Amino acid sequence: MTDSKYFTTTKKGEIFELKAELNSDKKEKKKEAVKKVIASMTVGKDVSALFPDVVNCMQTDNLELKKLVYLYLMNYAKSQPDMAIMAVNTFVKDCEDSNPLIRALAVRTMGCIRVDKITEYLCEPLRKCLKDEDPYVRKTAAVCVAKLHDINAQLVEDQGFLDLLRDLLSDSNPMVVANAVAAISEIMDASPNAASVLEMNSGTINKLLTALNECTEWGQVFILDSISNYTPKDEREAQSICERVTPRLAHANAAVVLSAVKVVMKLMEMLDTGGDYVTSLVKKLAPPLVTLLSAEPEIQYVALRNINLIVQKRSEILKNEMKVFFVKYNDPIYVKLEKLDIMIRLTSQSNIAQVLAELKEYATEVDVDFVRKSVRAIGRCAIKVEPAAERCVSTLLDLIQTKVNYVVQEAIVVIKDIFRKYPNKYESIIATLCENLDTLDEPEARASMIWIIGEYAERIDNADELLESFLEGFQDENTQVQLQLLTAIVKLFLKRPTDTQELVQQVLSLSTQDSDNPDLRDRGYIYWRLLSTDPAAAKEVVLAEKPLISEETDLIEPTLLDELICHISSLASVYHKPPNAFVEGRGGLRKVLPPKSEQAEGLVEELGAQEPTAAPPQPTVIPGADSLIGDLLDMDMGSGPSMMQQQMYPAQPAAPTPAGGSGGMDIFGEGLDNLLGGGSTGGDMLGGLGDIFGMPQTQSYVPPQEVWLPASKGKGLEITGTFARKNNQINMELTFTNKAMQPMSGFAVQFNKNSFGLMPAQVINIRTPLPPNQSASTSLPLNTQGPIQKMEPLTILQVAIKNNIDVFYMSTHVPLHVLFMEDGEMDKKIFLATWKDIPSPNEVQYTINNVPHNADTVSSKLRNNNVFTIAKRNVEGQDMLYQSLKLTNGIWILAELKIQPSNPSFVLSLKARAVDVYEAVKQVYENILHN
Amino acid sequence: MIGGLFIYNHKGEVLISRVYRDDIGRNAVDAFRVNVIHARQQVRSPVTNIARTSFFHIKRSNIWLAAVTKQNVNAAMVFEFLHKMTDVMAAYFGKVTEENIKNNFVLIYEILDEILDFGYPQNTDTGILKTFITQQGVKSQTKEETSQITSQVTGQIGWRREGIKYRRNELFLDVLESVNLLMSPQGQVLSAHVAGRIVMKSYLSGMPECKFGINDKVLMESKGGKSGQDEGRGGASSTKTSIAIDDCQFHQCVKLSKFETEHSISFIPPDGEFELMRYRTTKDISLPFRIIPLVREVGRQKMEVKIVVKSNFKPSLLAQKVEVRIPTPLNTSGVQVICMKGKAKYKASENAIVWKIKRMGGMKECQLSAEIELLNTNDKRKWTRPPISMNFEVPFAPSGFKVRYLKVFEPKLNYSDHDVIKWVRYIGRSGLYETRC
Repeated sequence: MTDSKYFTTTKKGEIFELKAELNSDKKEKKKEAVKKVIASMTVGKDVSALFPDVVNCMQTDNLELKKLVYLYLMNYAKSQPDMAIMAVNTFVKDCEDSNPLIRALAVRTMGCIRVDKITEYLCEPLRKCLKDEDPYVRKTAAVCVAKLHDINAQLVEDQGFLDLLRDLLSDSNPMVVANAVAAISEIMDASPNAASVLEMNSGTINKLLTALNECTEWGQVFILDSISNYTPKDEREAQSICERVTPRLAHANAAVVLSAVKVVMKLMEMLDTGGDYVTSLVKKLAPPLVTLLSAEPEIQYVALRNINLIVQKRSEILKNEMKVFFVKYNDPIYVKLEKLDIMIRLTSQSNIAQVLAELKEYATEVDVDFVRKSVRAIGRCAIKVEPAAERCVSTLLDLIQTKVNYVVQEAIVVIKDIFRKYPNKYESIIATLCENLDTLDEPEARASMIWIIGEYAERIDNADELLESFLEGFQDENTQVQLQLLTAIVKLFLKRPTDTQELVQQVLSLSTQDSDNPDLRDRGYIYWRLLSTDPAAAKEVVLAEKPLISEETDLIEPTLLDELICHISSLASVYHKPPNAFVEGRGGLRKVLPPKSEQAEGLVEELGAQEPTAAPPQPTVIPGADSLIGDLLDMDMGSGPSMMQQQMYPAQPAAPTPAGGSGGMDIFGEGLDNLLGGGSTGGDMLGGLGDIFGMPQTQSYVPPQEVWLPASKGKGLEITGTFARKNNQINMELTFTNKAMQPMSGFAVQFNKNSFGLMPAQVINIRTPLPPNQSASTSLPLNTQGPIQKMEPLTILQVAIKNNIDVFYMSTHVPLHVLFMEDGEMDKKIFLATWKDIPSPNEVQYTINNVPHNADTVSSKLRNNNVFTIAKRNVEGQDMLYQSLKLTNGIWILAELKIQPSNPSFVLSLKARAVDVYEAVKQVYENILHN
Repeated sequence: MIGGLFIYNHKGEVLISRVYRDDIGRNAVDAFRVNVIHARQQVRSPVTNIARTSFFHIKRSNIWLAAVTKQNVNAAMVFEFLHKMTDVMAAYFGKVTEENIKNNFVLIYEILDEILDFGYPQNTDTGILKTFITQQGVKSQTKEETSQITSQVTGQIGWRREGIKYRRNELFLDVLESVNLLMSPQGQVLSAHVAGRIVMKSYLSGMPECKFGINDKVLMESKGGKSGQDEGRGGASSTKTSIAIDDCQFHQCVKLSKFETEHSISFIPPDGEFELMRYRTTKDISLPFRIIPLVREVGRQKMEVKIVVKSNFKPSLLAQKVEVRIPTPLNTSGVQVICMKGKAKYKASENAIVWKIKRMGGMKECQLSAEIELLNTNDKRKWTRPPISMNFEVPFAPSGFKVRYLKVFEPKLNYSDHDVIKWVRYIGRSGLYETRC
């Protein structure tokens, strides 16, 4: 027998014993027993068997005992719903108790019991408690509405609790207001219906601001967070809110401070950028942020993650505070790493000397991650502050001399970037780098070193030997290293063609024949063909002057940054991810910064800037090493799947064989050309490349704009619009016409859930204010990552447009072809198999009349709209086109188009697994073919 | 909001588990234990995301407190709450240890029920909590008592109850400063700041309104020339008349809007001890001590260390509890120390020479020299030389902070500002006071 028998017997005995004690007459014994039950519950033992006995103890005037029983109930009621009903009476009675503490306790607990039957009984007591004379009961009831909403949203709305909750915003007691705000924010997040009832306006905001001065620290957080969701109607209101929120920056609670920072950061967007008030706000923000760094380390961490965002958005706030981010020896590692990040962001010519001295110090610390990051930081300083580059390089060289393995590797990685930023300046150190070749064991460091050798092959006498030594273990290398090696050797060959032919031959055959990696194979082929068709062109491509890398790497993408600014202090700001990346379900609305106020906008316009949000144009500088062009030409250090991974052309029928036999003199002569499929390959290749590089697609069909919102319904705003697909991007083309008497501004667009998850990819960018009798057009990019709900008919899209006057709703039809994907071309065989696979009841035939085109123009017209003709057959004088297309949600649709030369009516047969889309697809064919 | 709150011992056993939200299950308890407490690698972040569930944790000695959520909560608030939670527990039963938590688990559940509702923090003021959550079972309260409790918990002045009476109205102000310093081996100040706290103990009757005056530049300038004359009587010409406070924060009792508009600090204090204000200064700090290190590596097996400590304040004042901590390499085999003042010892377990001086006057200088013998090791990596740190306590405020006045007004009761006995004390302590070597 094992020990488990003792376990079961004692457990049985224990429960039995507890049962007896719970039913004891003595109060003390009862209480002890309940305590024991709770203790068992805590450690995870199942004591649900005692449910009836514990519930029996519920009717007591001993508050402590009552609380314990309630705690038990909350845990087990769900597993014993029928028994839980037994407790209802007591709850209802307690809600009427003369003691407010007991009334509140009852309503608080009842809300935590998630049993449907109980929630029904909860409504009446809750209604009473929301109007209780005692503020303690009211504040508890306010939260209880949120609890009930979580269990049964419909019930809350039907029973009118939302209105009662809204009334609590005007309560005389600040804590009741705070809890009501918290409940409202949560309910609004969860259900869009409720949002319309609970929408904040300037009146409620005013009440909240008043309560702000008087409620507890936590209440202040709730209120500030709620205010941050409100967009004031104009600049004046924004400023007055700011004025009333800034005193909170001096609060002792970090959460209050950060929430106040959030409100201010958000509202600052609406204020006149150059104005005195903004300048004074910027001054006010720095000290409290710095003070957060003397809080507990966990709070420091949250603060630092947020400061990282704030510095990216408005670097002026902390530009003079570099010193406070210096790392302390005893800081926890997570604080150290974050500080380092911010230090680099704040580095400038004025403080570089100090920063560099610090970084050098850090590079000798113990924690490997921290040391690496410090070394990397030195490199970034060099790139960012040009006058200091030389000092940074010499610091890095010092560090390489330490011979600490990971320091050396990290240094080499950053030196590569420095070379790219300052070409032809520091090559004298290459010799030192080469000394450390043997110690490099990390792919990124090896790849960087190889890149350096390839790039400066003409200056390194033994470059060929060095590269050859890497080539020996080619198959065992990481892809990153293999790619680099391939490129480096090709560069070497182009620079020193005489003695490196064998080497290049070797690497080309290794990459194309012996590798399973499509990236590597394809790059190998490209080089091979380039070299074989036109070595001069190859030289121009491979040795082309590279764009300089920009100084700011790893910046957060601006739209994400703006969204995160709206989430300051929250988890999203800690993770640097939008909430929907880590919160389940509820696809809450994306938060966006408020648009610039009219006045500010006007100012910008006067200055002649057309797009206030446009990124600074830097034509020759690409953002960081992992940009697309950089990738294709040369670098793919640490970048994710690059464009290369798309299959660029079908596998080569005849693989080239190493030309070793022919003596190698003229390996790029005709023999090879033939092997590669004749002289025409080059030409085809270019065509192919054009596609890869996303050459502008020829005109796809854009339906004419239709009136979506007539001026009569839009209070003077007329909207016409259509949809278009340009360069893989779905756009909504909108024209706003102001037929009212006053200027319009503050436009915002929102979509209802729709069949394909369409949603705006960015904030609508339209010139405001829109003066009377004028129109403005804009193109709003859409993506398909929004919430999905099947609509009837499928293509319907409900749009809400807001401006300073009102919110308008309109309904539009999305022409399905804008959802056709660029990669909708099916392989012939798969097409055949799929066609057979789909049951014939799924096949539907339509006739399209009066088409003025022949088979070829039809297929090219459709091709422009991502309907791909896979095969064409001529059967008994009539042309049969077999076509495929793919929707953004991954649904494939197969089509057969029957064309008789003399008859302008075409017959279209469609086959797909989802039959709902047919009608819309047919519509597309009609539109395109008649266009 | 917070979905659940768990307390674990160092082994990862659950001591307290309170779930507030339906989306947090029992498996969350285990997930944190497995992924964080039992994780092989040192924890790299106080926030951990496991399977779309976020865990916030803090550690107090051996005890882990974890708050769990599946929503996009206010992270700063969660950490502030966890810290407040430990303060509340400490106020109820002293140190937060496994033993104490087990002994008080019923109480803790009761507190958790009160201070978190559906994951929303409620009133966490210990003074108020103690009026209605007690360890001795609650006696049936009268109606007046309960309504007084509820109005306090939710009240506008949630930190003070009505009807407090003292025979002697008395208040104590402690100005507690911690000086932080990072100095280069050459004696250059890399960063220095003072983090100050004003702790007040008030034993005042009724609902007294207090007005607090300090020598902050901004506050004094806004008061005009009059305050300048006040300063004249101080007499000590060496002390600055006003200081520049970078930033300050106040207890929730201080009327922040009044501070913003009128530059005056006015408040109705809680009864008993509380932290009135925190502030930070970085300019013109008088550093009480300076360390001059001299570390020389003599070959591979020996190191010589010479440390000079200089005190830099008025000779009439005395510093206490002075302690200098000199780190030694891990492969130290023996240490010989000589010091002229105090006691110095090599503590192998801490890898440091600890030099303690009980008292030290101003403008003095002490020296310590040590010879460190090292074992031969294969470890190629250089010793990283952690900084030399220092602890001390001095009877003045290194920032130059001065309390100018604290006036008490109680309009309803008949005692005036003159009847209140007031005590002010200045203590400067070391924060992170480090010199690189």
